[in-house]
Amino acid sequence: MNSSLYISLIPLLPLVTFVLLGLFGRKYFNSISGIIATFSLGFSCLLSISIAYQYFFHSERVNGVLQQIIPVKFTWLQFSPGLSIDMGIVLDPLSAMMLVVITFISLMVHIFSLGYMKGEARFATYYAFLSLFTFSMLGLVMSTNIFQMYMFWELVGVSSFLLIGYYFEKPSAVAAAKKAFIVTRFADLGFLIGILILSFHAQTLDFQTLITRLTDPQSAQYLSITAGSLLGVSMLTWGLVLVFIGGAGKSAMFPLHIWLPDAMEGPTPVSALIHAATMVVAGVYLVARLFPIFVFDSAALTVVTYVGAFSALLAAIIACTQTDIKRVLAYSTMSQIGFMMFALGVSGHGGEEGLGYMASMFHLFTHAFFKSLLFLGAGAVIHLVHSNEMIDMGGLRKHMPITHITFLIACLAISGIPPFAGFFSKEEILTAAFHANKVVFFIALFTSGLTAFYMFRLYFSIFWRGEVHLHGEHHGEGTLSMKIPLIILGVLALIAGFVPFSQLITSDGIALETHVDLLFSLTPVAMAVIGILIAIRLYKTENNRSDGVASAFGGFYHASYKKFYVDEVYLFITKKIIFNFIGRPVAWFDKNIIDELMNQSAAITAAVSENIKGLQSGKVQGYAMYFFWGILGLSALFIYLFN
Amino acid sequence: MNGIPLTHILFVSTALFFIGMYGFFTRRNMITILMSVELILNSVNINFVAFNTYLYPQNLDGIFFTIFIVTIAASEAAVAIAIIINLYRSLHSVDVDETGELKF
Amino acid sequence: MNTSDILFYCISAFILGTGVLAVTTGKIFRSAISLLFSLMGIAALYFWMALEFIAAVQIVIYVGGIVVLIIFSIFLTQKSGEEMPKPPLSKIWFSFFSVLVGFIFTYYLIHQYGFGNGGEQPFELKIADIGNQMLSLTGKGYILPFEVISILLLAALIGAIVVAMKIKNKSE
Repeated sequence: MNSSLYISLIPLLPLVTFVLLGLFGRKYFNSISGIIATFSLGFSCLLSISIAYQYFFHSERVNGVLQQIIPVKFTWLQFSPGLSIDMGIVLDPLSAMMLVVITFISLMVHIFSLGYMKGEARFATYYAFLSLFTFSMLGLVMSTNIFQMYMFWELVGVSSFLLIGYYFEKPSAVAAAKKAFIVTRFADLGFLIGILILSFHAQTLDFQTLITRLTDPQSAQYLSITAGSLLGVSMLTWGLVLVFIGGAGKSAMFPLHIWLPDAMEGPTPVSALIHAATMVVAGVYLVARLFPIFVFDSAALTVVTYVGAFSALLAAIIACTQTDIKRVLAYSTMSQIGFMMFALGVSGHGGEEGLGYMASMFHLFTHAFFKSLLFLGAGAVIHLVHSNEMIDMGGLRKHMPITHITFLIACLAISGIPPFAGFFSKEEILTAAFHANKVVFFIALFTSGLTAFYMFRLYFSIFWRGEVHLHGEHHGEGTLSMKIPLIILGVLALIAGFVPFSQLITSDGIALETHVDLLFSLTPVAMAVIGILIAIRLYKTENNRSDGVASAFGGFYHASYKKFYVDEVYLFITKKIIFNFIGRPVAWFDKNIIDELMNQSAAITAAVSENIKGLQSGKVQGYAMYFFWGILGLSALFIYLFN
Repeated sequence: MNGIPLTHILFVSTALFFIGMYGFFTRRNMITILMSVELILNSVNINFVAFNTYLYPQNLDGIFFTIFIVTIAASEAAVAIAIIINLYRSLHSVDVDETGELKF
Repeated sequence: MNTSDILFYCISAFILGTGVLAVTTGKIFRSAISLLFSLMGIAALYFWMALEFIAAVQIVIYVGGIVVLIIFSIFLTQKSGEEMPKPPLSKIWFSFFSVLVGFIFTYYLIHQYGFGNGGEQPFELKIADIGNQMLSLTGKGYILPFEVISILLLAALIGAIVVAMKIKNKSE
């Protein structure tokens, strides 16, 4: 088997689809473009599953470690003999797992969109963008070097921008797309500087070499990067923190999370794909990729831990008060990614120490399934009621039984109720946090209780509480293509936890024995159950208890409803401070100095030509006069000067 | 004839040349400009003849040039007058200052 | 100073005087007549230099051809009795100044150079020599310029006719 060909096909198929649909789709095969994209991606998905299967279960282990395989690699830009930018595909446990997740979720979203986006005028464009996104995300996870990753990272940002702004007739969608792009772009600046710092000192861009060089305390590169320091912090820490800022931007970590809720302006399946399962975990993936270096620098890792934990808590609190169901899910995503982040932060490298790493990846894996399921379920609901607001919903369980059941499974999974997928991964995260950092552990425990609460608040508000009056004719639960992904994902959300994950992906590659400690699990599960019970009491039937609770919290509730004024702070900083103190002087400089310089030079030219225009009088005698004096001058010159 | 130095003849031709020049600068009527040009050409002719007779009596080249210049002057005058007449027909003027259609 | 010299100075004065009149007279017809006299003076100069053939050419072509042509064109385009509009005084003065400077400069150079009397042997022009050399094919022959000039004359002839021809409007 020529595996390098097959593995190259995985990202190339979506790329080809993108080009095909992007160039010709709208004009020639708008209506079947969805089918084309789905089949191409289905093939890509099959390939990645089979490759991942082969890799995990049939490839050779050296000392119990799965070896990294680089099936494709070529030099793309050769700057100097020592420095080149390569393009390649790397296959290791991490990227194999991501391949499966991305292609699978993307496939589900493709299928779901067949029904959801049906009748859109720019159907082909939508699928072209989806394909572009899938391609860039695959390229991101399969990058062999940090620069290649950066390029795909930006591509992912662009396709996210395009998809959020898909309904570009809506001003709010345009604003959201711009916001997402600018915020992540701002974070990417940090990423780029981080890349430059790391690769400057390590003198390589390649992940493998980078890790080898920077984790060897004897190497010249390690000494160079730790010797340099800025503001009392070593260059290594700076580099890692800046790289983490890039990751935090994409993964919507506090304080760069503000774009994620607004990104819900995009079509709902897009939110399921990009803003729940794949792109937002790119930051986690990035940290995981460079994890061996992060472990070496406790300061950077501490930053990761606390940013993750704080984001998890903050997002969970905000999620409790939002009324737009997609925004609830968006904050929930942010919260879960916070879990993954701090799980990485509390982890060590190798053996039992590396539990956090493994748990984080496990949670990434399971979260992808149940969160995309939640989003697709929400999509189905929105498709039916044509509204995002909870107030317009209620009692939908009778109208959409399949959505109801699968949504319930997903809610149970995210709340961490055994034996659903989320239970296993969350358990391991909590265990890891418990052993490493008690503060973080209690934050996590509280947050998982909150998670259960707000998820069931959402669930009851949609499917129970009250009765919605659907307009005369409605199209029921949706097409078959919308139900199938829900069912598949529902099943997976149920069983994904039983994947022997600890055998496959660990920080050092050696299989890890984990066991579920029932006694330990009691507390988080109890927290979740309490959360669910509160939600049942407040939201299952129509009552005004929830309003009472809200008023009991008073100002805190209001602050949470307003998302703790983070957006307002940003607006204040950008509009009041940056605009006034940087923007205006720059604008003034631009208008009065730069423009004026140009205007003046133009005016001078015009004035000069206006004046010398007279010389071009068209009067032959004038010309004769110039000619005469010219000849006279020239002859004088030649006779007296050059003789 | 030998009593007159060459420079005196050249004085005449130079003066005639600059008289023609003056006419060329000041006249506005195209026909008078043409006359000035004829004067200039004649001054050149005088030069050729004078140089030939005074400096290279064994040769005839100056004479030939004079003859050719006279011929060319004749054809030039013919074409110029044709142009002037044509211009007069379309503009009803032979003033050089009014024929500025092609300027700028 | 013998008669010949006096004759030269008289001819020169006549040429220059009529030349100045030709470029300064206000009436165009007078100007043309002055030009005629000036050209005749030049012919006289050629006679004085014993170049009868050139003088004859001068009279035949210039006086008999070009000046007549010019007078014809004056009749065609002008009211010959009227004063021509005068150029602005500043232009006159500036032109005069320019011309004066040019003349002084040029004549200064000529005077400095001097042109010492080159040929001792007297210059004798035989018309037969002109004809022979004009049509000779040897190194000193002028057959090629002669032919070229003849073509040029033909072209000028046709060109002058074409340019001056009144284009008839076909619709009429």
